[in-house]
Amino acid sequence: MGMSISVRTLNAWFGRTQALYDISMEIPANHVTAIIGPSGCGKSTFVRCLNRMHETIPAAGVEGSVTIGTLDIYHNGTSPVEVRRRVGMVFQKPNPFPAMSIYDNVAAGLKLNGHYSRRELDEVVEHALQMAALWDEVKDQLKKQSGASLSGGQQQRLCIARALAVQPEVLLMDEPASALDPISTAKIEELIFQLKTQYTIVIVTHNMQQAARVADSTGFFLLGKLIEYDATEKIFTTPVDKRTEDYVTGRFG
Amino acid sequence: MPNSTFTKILGWKRAVVDHMATAGAVLAAVLVIAPLLAIFIYLVARGAGALSWAFLTHAPKPVGEVGGGMGNAIAGSALILGISCLIGVPLGIGSGIYLAEYGRGKLAILVRFIADVLNGVPSIVMGMAVYALVVLQQKHFSALAGGFALGIMMIPTVTRATEEMLLMVPRSIREAALGLGVAEWRTVLSVTLRTALPGVITGIMLAFARVAGETAPLLFTAFGNQFWNWNLNQPTAALPLQIYTYAISPYDEWHQQAWAGALVLIVTIVGTVAVVRLVTNRGVMKGTS
Repeated sequence: MGMSISVRTLNAWFGRTQALYDISMEIPANHVTAIIGPSGCGKSTFVRCLNRMHETIPAAGVEGSVTIGTLDIYHNGTSPVEVRRRVGMVFQKPNPFPAMSIYDNVAAGLKLNGHYSRRELDEVVEHALQMAALWDEVKDQLKKQSGASLSGGQQQRLCIARALAVQPEVLLMDEPASALDPISTAKIEELIFQLKTQYTIVIVTHNMQQAARVADSTGFFLLGKLIEYDATEKIFTTPVDKRTEDYVTGRFG
Repeated sequence: MPNSTFTKILGWKRAVVDHMATAGAVLAAVLVIAPLLAIFIYLVARGAGALSWAFLTHAPKPVGEVGGGMGNAIAGSALILGISCLIGVPLGIGSGIYLAEYGRGKLAILVRFIADVLNGVPSIVMGMAVYALVVLQQKHFSALAGGFALGIMMIPTVTRATEEMLLMVPRSIREAALGLGVAEWRTVLSVTLRTALPGVITGIMLAFARVAGETAPLLFTAFGNQFWNWNLNQPTAALPLQIYTYAISPYDEWHQQAWAGALVLIVTIVGTVAVVRLVTNRGVMKGTS
């Protein structure tokens, strides 16, 4: 089951440059939430704050609170490793582990975290690849081929399978289709639609049609601030803020 | 075609430049291979005559007796190089990981500087240092002291190779592992280092090939031995030492054995590097660039 996410007055920095200003957002469970906005507006930084990836960059800073389910992820006693196990992430550019087979790529999250039996791993790998709609294309070469040998679209679905294999509660997707062709993009979008029954999904996208197609709610970011956050239909048809309207109608961006 | 004359001339010029550049690259490659090939051919010509099964398996005979070989020196070299790899590889990889993954402060600058200085220390000085540190303390020469000297010499090469190869692994690969909730130390070992492994192994092989032929650091550490020895705490023969001793001797037969020894040394180094390459390449997946 997916978990809801509650963000309160989140601020983030790169060194002395502030990237996010007082973001507060309630993201419901089993919902697809799109984050849109022009380049450099803080979209990626925002989702990277939801699984504590932001702090892996030297000199990065975060303030505020993020609660996922009942877990306060920035609480002193919460380990970032635990947070990242529960909040999966798919990155903009497909990044399979090049030195690992397709199988090992999907199994990596479990294998590198401890002790799973062969049979358990076999099951998890098959299930994850099926959920990512990749199983039929790769089942005959699971252990023979490197994850890097697949096409771009397949690599991205492999990365989704890899994220799903650790059974997260939330799936963050940082422009998951921006490096892919239209057919692969359509496959990923279809996948998102199916996955939301089991996961809470936050997707960053440059592509407004994509947001309109897949998201239940949409948040519009500009210069590090959350300008407007509402049901997707509302954002795209009757936005309240002038800047949102200008952006979604293509007057700037 | 509007500019057909123009394209023709340009095409002709391009073809000439292209052929010249290709010829230059081929020439450079030949010039690189030529000395190695020349050395090898010369060694075969001078040393192959003294090569025999006995040469590879027997210890030297006293002066005046016919026969004998460098079997004990080949075994001794293997022993000493084994010890040096046990010291040089883990320490080199460890400090390389430190420099690439955590090394941002003053300590890192110091480690990098020391690694570069260590790389430039003449090997005879390394031998003297280990003589003072180990041999004088233990009061005898030993394979251990020899392996220690060579091991320290391997460290800087392995360190810098590991560091550079780890830094070439894209950040996105690390992020993928961290994003799965894999602990940082595990990410470094099982993902970053694993991705960089082919390059790291190249570095290790370079360091190995370099110290395998070293004579100077062994003069006052392993010392050499005319007999078989498997005790790590005893003076031990090594191929480069034996070659040196035989080459400066006044006996013709020993000279020939020295050539044969040099041939064996080169073939063993090339063979070891090739075998390690083959074994590690077998683990590489199809489709990895």
